[in-house]
Amino acid sequence: MADLLEVKGLKAFYGQTQSLYDVGFSIPPGGITTLLGANGAGKTTTLRAICSMVRTDGAIRFDGKDIRGMATEEIVRLRIAHVPEGRGTFTTLTVDENLRIAAYTRKDKAAVQADLDRVFAYFPRLKERLQQQAGTLSGGEQQMLAIARALMLKPRLMLLDEPSFGLAPLIVQEIFRIMRRINEEEKVSMLLVEQNAALALDLATHAYVLETGKVVMSGPSEVVKNDENVRKSYLGY
Amino acid sequence: MEQFLQQIASGLANGAIYACVALALVMIYVSTDHINFAQGEMAMFSTYLSWQLMTWGLSFWMAFIIAVALSFVMGVLIERLILRPLHNAPVLSIIVVFIGLLAIFNSMAGAIWSYLIKEYPTPFPKSSFGIAGVIGPHQLGVVLVTLVVLGLLFVFFRYTPLGLAMRAAAQNPQMARLVGVRVDWMLALGWGLAASIGAVAGIMVAHIVYLDPNMMGGILLYAFASALVGGISNPAGAVVGGFIVGVLENMVAFAGNQIEKATGVYIIGNGEKLTVALIIVIFVLTVKPAGLFGRVVVKRV
Repeated sequence: MADLLEVKGLKAFYGQTQSLYDVGFSIPPGGITTLLGANGAGKTTTLRAICSMVRTDGAIRFDGKDIRGMATEEIVRLRIAHVPEGRGTFTTLTVDENLRIAAYTRKDKAAVQADLDRVFAYFPRLKERLQQQAGTLSGGEQQMLAIARALMLKPRLMLLDEPSFGLAPLIVQEIFRIMRRINEEEKVSMLLVEQNAALALDLATHAYVLETGKVVMSGPSEVVKNDENVRKSYLGY
Repeated sequence: MEQFLQQIASGLANGAIYACVALALVMIYVSTDHINFAQGEMAMFSTYLSWQLMTWGLSFWMAFIIAVALSFVMGVLIERLILRPLHNAPVLSIIVVFIGLLAIFNSMAGAIWSYLIKEYPTPFPKSSFGIAGVIGPHQLGVVLVTLVVLGLLFVFFRYTPLGLAMRAAAQNPQMARLVGVRVDWMLALGWGLAASIGAVAGIMVAHIVYLDPNMMGGILLYAFASALVGGISNPAGAVVGGFIVGVLENMVAFAGNQIEKATGVYIIGNGEKLTVALIIVIFVLTVKPAGLFGRVVVKRV
């Protein structure tokens, strides 16, 4: 089957500073792929590059279509949902509004309520907090809200930027369990960026290792997990 | 007592105007972090448009609707054509553009319609509006029209998807893009709405202050005071602030008149109303910069 997302020779720039040099990877439909790497390796930048939030060069193909350089909001409308670093909560809007805004671009308004119910099945806690201002949620709840909001876009691909960031281990486990369920039940492909390499390699089927803006290693998670360098650098044993 | 009620009522009528202009200021402020100094002159220009339409034979309300609609288009065009190219420009450049717009609208109105002060009609008939001895027909009409406008805006922002998208775009533009909201257009729409609200305020106040190119100068200051009182980042606060300022300025003048009557000493009166507004501005900025309902902005450095 053709790959859902195909990235080749990707370069990215912040002003004059180049932060990606040659990033290439692909995501099969329905799969979970993870990008590993140290701080500053370019993981977040890669996600931002896919959504055209930084200046890029190279090729980004989604479903066979070249999307590089398209406006962010148009890329999102192809149903690529980005769960950004820091969760991107609309703090002054209610939880309900945070979820509904994601359905803003959808044509099938009738299905939105059904999707809301499905999202609450994954995250029952959000249902209890529906009318609360989203900025008053705990970190874990805001992360759940961010993933739930991404789901409301009916995504074909989810880009997840450090969903474990700043959360207690139990909450992280819960969120990763839910992500696996979402992947299986909704057939959503995922591109996951994580500091917690062990967790990411458990969830993902494929892994790419980034170092200073280049892919230095890639393969099925099982293989990457057992690579000596990866073990030493990222898994710590 | 009757005089007291009259002062409150006329304060509310003025307050309704301030509330509208303050709301227009706040709407642009929350999405761009800039105060549009040309807001008053834009409203003045819209009022002239409606006057022109009436002299061409349209009824008051026809002219009102068309002028408000034209103002919307004008607001959108200003954002798209003038401010969009400047979106990465430093604050100072944008302020200069606002002041330029102010001058342009002012002199354009003068050039087209002359600086002669014109009378402006009221659409509210004496027979069916107003409560004798308390509130005049025009004043009551102004309060009602603004309440309707504010109500419509509330429903729009609170209950429609487009309103929600505009709020999201103002609150967190980057994330709004990531859920597919066309943030640039939301900004232009915000400008259009602000221009329309300003037009309503201008058309409503013109009967009271008469029509001339400088009619909105003082009102913009009052509106600025209102927005600050309510909290410059809070639309509902700006509206409440408008009514507070409107009533407060009248109460201060009223109290001054009473004192003068009782003691013969003149301390403060109608002439110092604008001073009251400016004192409010200074007081709020020094004592409570976030206003009554505003959120304190905390920045991590």
